[in-house]
Amino acid sequence: MAIAATAGHGHGHGDPHHIGLVIEHPGPAPKRVVTGFGFWIFLLSDIVMFSCFFAAYAVLLGQTADGPKGAELFDQRNVAIETVCLLLSSFTCGMASIAADVRNRLWFYLAMAATGVLGLIFLALEFREFAALVARGAGPTRSAFLTAFFTLVGCHGLHVTAGILWLLTMMAQVFAKGFRADIMRRLLCFALFWHALDIIWVAVFSVVYLLGSTP
Amino acid sequence: MLGKLTWSAIPFDQPIPLVAGGVVIVALLAVLIWVVVKGHLPYLWREWITSVDHKRIGVMYVLLASVMFLRGGSDAILMRIQQAIAYQSQGYLPPEHYNQIFSAHGTIMIFFVAMPFVIGLMNLVVPLQLGVRDVAFPTLNSVGFWLTATGALLVNLSLVIGEFARTGWLAFPPLSGLVYSPGVGVDYYAWSLQISGVGTLVAGINLVTTVLKLRTRGMNYLRMPMFCWTTLASSLLMVAAFPILTATLAMLLLDRYLGFHFFTNEAGGNVMIFMNLIWAWGHPEVYILVLPAFGIFSEVVSTFSGKPLFGYRSMVLATMAICVISFMVWLHHFFTMGAGPDVNAIFGIASMIIAIPTGVKIYNWLFTMYGGRIRFTTPMLWSVGFMVTFIIGGLTGVLVAVPPADFILHNSMFLVAHFHNVIIGGVLFGAFAGFTYWFPKAFGFRLDERWGKAAFWCTFIGFYVTFIPLYAAGMLGMTRRMQHYDVAVWRPWMIVAVIGMAILTMAVVCQVVQLVVSIRNRESLRDRTGDPWDGRSLEWATSSPPPVFNFAISPDVRGEDAYWEMKAKARQQQFAHAQPEYQDIEMPRNSPTGFVCAFFASIMGFALIWHIWWMVILGLIGAWATFVVFAWRDHDEYVIPAADVARIDRANIEERRNLVSLAGSV
Repeated sequence: MAIAATAGHGHGHGDPHHIGLVIEHPGPAPKRVVTGFGFWIFLLSDIVMFSCFFAAYAVLLGQTADGPKGAELFDQRNVAIETVCLLLSSFTCGMASIAADVRNRLWFYLAMAATGVLGLIFLALEFREFAALVARGAGPTRSAFLTAFFTLVGCHGLHVTAGILWLLTMMAQVFAKGFRADIMRRLLCFALFWHALDIIWVAVFSVVYLLGSTP
Repeated sequence: MLGKLTWSAIPFDQPIPLVAGGVVIVALLAVLIWVVVKGHLPYLWREWITSVDHKRIGVMYVLLASVMFLRGGSDAILMRIQQAIAYQSQGYLPPEHYNQIFSAHGTIMIFFVAMPFVIGLMNLVVPLQLGVRDVAFPTLNSVGFWLTATGALLVNLSLVIGEFARTGWLAFPPLSGLVYSPGVGVDYYAWSLQISGVGTLVAGINLVTTVLKLRTRGMNYLRMPMFCWTTLASSLLMVAAFPILTATLAMLLLDRYLGFHFFTNEAGGNVMIFMNLIWAWGHPEVYILVLPAFGIFSEVVSTFSGKPLFGYRSMVLATMAICVISFMVWLHHFFTMGAGPDVNAIFGIASMIIAIPTGVKIYNWLFTMYGGRIRFTTPMLWSVGFMVTFIIGGLTGVLVAVPPADFILHNSMFLVAHFHNVIIGGVLFGAFAGFTYWFPKAFGFRLDERWGKAAFWCTFIGFYVTFIPLYAAGMLGMTRRMQHYDVAVWRPWMIVAVIGMAILTMAVVCQVVQLVVSIRNRESLRDRTGDPWDGRSLEWATSSPPPVFNFAISPDVRGEDAYWEMKAKARQQQFAHAQPEYQDIEMPRNSPTGFVCAFFASIMGFALIWHIWWMVILGLIGAWATFVVFAWRDHDEYVIPAADVARIDRANIEERRNLVSLAGSV
């Protein structure tokens, strides 16, 4: 994509503000750029949504209504394993992108499957944590603090669930249609989505589990 | 089986909603039957309902907004009459019904009139102004529209099945919590906004991507028409602000459905989170609406003054400044709620600062008109009317931005008058200006000027007669949302306001007559060249209505006011060698995805409101399956052969050549 730079005298004639050099816009961007860009915008909006839940959590952190505090509830070992799973899944997701780029189906399926399995392990651990909390009477209705906790972490968990559904759909699409241009664009979006979930998890890990367990 | 839904949900004992709902249903059925009997259904399905053409979707958005405008306007009439007669009496509307009406009026006018109207105009015009063939994501565009329509459907459904919220248009907790609003009203409110909010987000993403990534060759940022800039700013705000609304309503819904404690009075909930979050969305929302209107006025004023827009770059700067500052003023909506003097002062100053770029714009429009050859057509009348009205609204806005003054005027009729002054004077005037200005582009014939001007004058005068009295009543201490009152000095103002409402109703009648008369006289109003106003930007460079591909040859832009220059050049060269080489054009295929998706969303929304859980799951699976099926198709584009493109384009070029040679001979 070449950007034509022309001297303002001839080309930019109609532009009353030109300062000698006018960089001509080359025209509509290719589809891959457009799709990726649009998806980035979506991710940013998703992050804005998460930031509201983070804000609510920060405000409600101390509102335990005489119930348990974060320090009594959070199991750092469990969270560490969850974090490792997600970070590893980001690596395997990157492997899947590379495999798709070099059109290697075997490695693509392997890497996607690994990503999905790691995501499922993460979800199982999170589900177990939630179930244990509810079982000991620390469910989301116990206090405003737990309300904010379950909503924020659960919202991330819902995103991972949706991500896994999308992952399976993408594997099926590659299986049925191969690495077509439109499929590649969707893979790009999927990879962006999965990595964004990781970034949000890093914030969840820091704000919810680390800051939230200070007594 | 049917959750909370029983026969008692239908208000057999309340004649007004029942009759109103009945009339709407009969009218809808009549239209449907007429469409089916006349055999228009296949055409509508093929050409409109499944269309992914940005122009068609834009028209459908505006149509939705117009229909909902009648509904929201009816609510306004009911309220004005109630307040005119409810002096020392109960009036004719019982409190629970009156509360639903003012809540529905606000919700409908903002979310289902103003929003779809401006999104519709942006959809219709922006790709044309940028010189491209469609928006970035055509199918998503259709999904966005139909989800907005789903929201509107649910709001109207509440008229006959169940009830609407009685909480005001922003449903503040704890009033909107389960304890104080146990009915389905708030659920109707929240779910319709959640669903249409997704639609708005999609529209925002689409327009941001379109403006930033899909401009034609040579369309540098600082050559974009002003309307594209304001669209960009407004869409950026949509993308940044609507997720906040989604999150806030999600919290409210979790409180209501699962017993969470975000905004409850028990267990440490905090209603101020809701206040902050909802206004962190709510204030940018105001600018989402009014920025596109500013863009419309810029186009109209420059076209009908026959001059380039004065201070184009300062206009761009002002627009983007408003875009940023709009996120820093939200607290002025609740100065009285205990933030303290320092915080109030900062937000008060920020609120006054945002008036500066707006003032810059006003001066730019005035200087654009100065020395111009002004044609006072209907769109121009709306623009001049806007400048006068909006300045008054802006000044009262700066007044209430001063915290001590706000402590006196908060939640009074003065405030009601202020925001109607800016929203009617800004957004609605802008929408009507854009409607008249771009109507010939969308349909190929102009609107009748006489009736258009009558509509303008009725709206203009009716607005002042209705809302200046509300300022006065507010100064006399009248608070908003009163079902009845016992203060004698307010009464005369309420009576004047109802007279104003009658004038505004006449204005709406004028608009309808204008449309009917124009359709009947469409042959004499026909726009054959595609450039009925001697326009300056690229949308006038193609025929009216434009072909599905917009431009046979992608325009090559060499400066601001792209089409104005092309015309000047063509006059010089007399179209000497205007025999372009046509090529095949690929266009996106129509798709029922949006409609089907919205169908399932409607089912899901309704089921959620009434706690019919199996139906919720059904709707969810349906929506997901729709997307998978959509993703599975192999051919999402079709090709228009070069020969067809040439045939369509040559006819238009011929008309234009006649115009130019005519103009040249004069």
